[in-house]
Amino acid sequence: MKARFAIGLVLAALTALSMSAPLTRATETVDPVADAKAFRDYFVKKFPKVKLEDFVNGPYSMNEDMRKQWEEKEEFPPYEFALDAGKEMFAKPFKNGKTYADCFPNGGIGIRQNYPYFDEKEGKVVTLELALNRCREANGEAPVSYVKDDMASLTAYMAFTSRGKPMDIKIPNDRRALEAYENGKRYFYTRRGQLNFACANCHVQSPGERLRAEILAPALGILNAMPIYRSEWAGMGTISRRFVTCNSQTRAVPLEPQSDEYRDLEYYLSYVSNGLPISGPGARP
Amino acid sequence: MRVFLAITLLILGASSALAASEADFKAAYASAEAAEKEAGTLRNQWLPTETALAAAKKAAASGDFDAATAQAKEAEALAKASIFQATSEKERWKDMEIH
Repeated sequence: MKARFAIGLVLAALTALSMSAPLTRATETVDPVADAKAFRDYFVKKFPKVKLEDFVNGPYSMNEDMRKQWEEKEEFPPYEFALDAGKEMFAKPFKNGKTYADCFPNGGIGIRQNYPYFDEKEGKVVTLELALNRCREANGEAPVSYVKDDMASLTAYMAFTSRGKPMDIKIPNDRRALEAYENGKRYFYTRRGQLNFACANCHVQSPGERLRAEILAPALGILNAMPIYRSEWAGMGTISRRFVTCNSQTRAVPLEPQSDEYRDLEYYLSYVSNGLPISGPGARP
Repeated sequence: MRVFLAITLLILGASSALAASEADFKAAYASAEAAEKEAGTLRNQWLPTETALAAAKKAAASGDFDAATAQAKEAEALAKASIFQATSEKERWKDMEIH
């Protein structure tokens, strides 16, 4: 009887091991610190004249003419209306009397650089956009669209209060956090859509090059400028909107905003841009 | 005269055999839909597949089963290409990674 029990225990342990082994193997080779260093070194080597902190300015760091136009535009920036609207929305109490400030550390001021973060309770990545909607729902308000103006305005205001602060994304000592990071990396480098493009084709292999009338932005620091006013959109766009649009442009069916894949992608891209300043909200052609 | 009649009959017979029926469309559409569903489980659907599926349905609704079947077959080919892409990219993405 004891022998049978022991065999059963061993079998159960082996089964559990075999189930967890692939995950362990997959994460034990993940080295985000080395990745981030290699990522940064690649761009610095590719663009030796661009200052490290200037990569957050996307195409303006790569093209002198565009930079001049942008600097003039910044005197009356096109995101200013969104910024004012965001500030007002942020301060306006919900029906229950609470505000967004009650949901965030430091009242939500100067914290953009810490998003997205890995929530160890939930076991998933939480982005700023997601946290804002969760705040609304926790206070009895309907969530707002992740791809429309209200969310862009709110995140524009929050980014503005963090301008100049270095991106500071942490990966806790949690296997699931490493998996999320690795999933984000995989998404970034995976070709998709009928045009067979990965994010990296444009933003690693071809920054500074033209894609039709656009100058492609480098992936390093690309999210530090979000949300952005895009002349092409004639309006503001969130990180969710950017991901959805990128997928559509490759003729892939976009995923739903704030899907696990997009959250992980944001986690990866933000982590490898650690140390670069927040410059959002930004403006792009 | 007889030869002409025979050729005419042959052509008519051949063209009626080539024309797609509603059943042909339904079979082609079911295959395309199944392939697109599989692409969906791989989180890798393509926009042109969706467009072709919608065009197939629209053509079928107007009774043009030739066009409907052709669009459904196009959709299936696109969906299979997206499945191939997702499968081959499972490991190939690493080739592009910065080290």
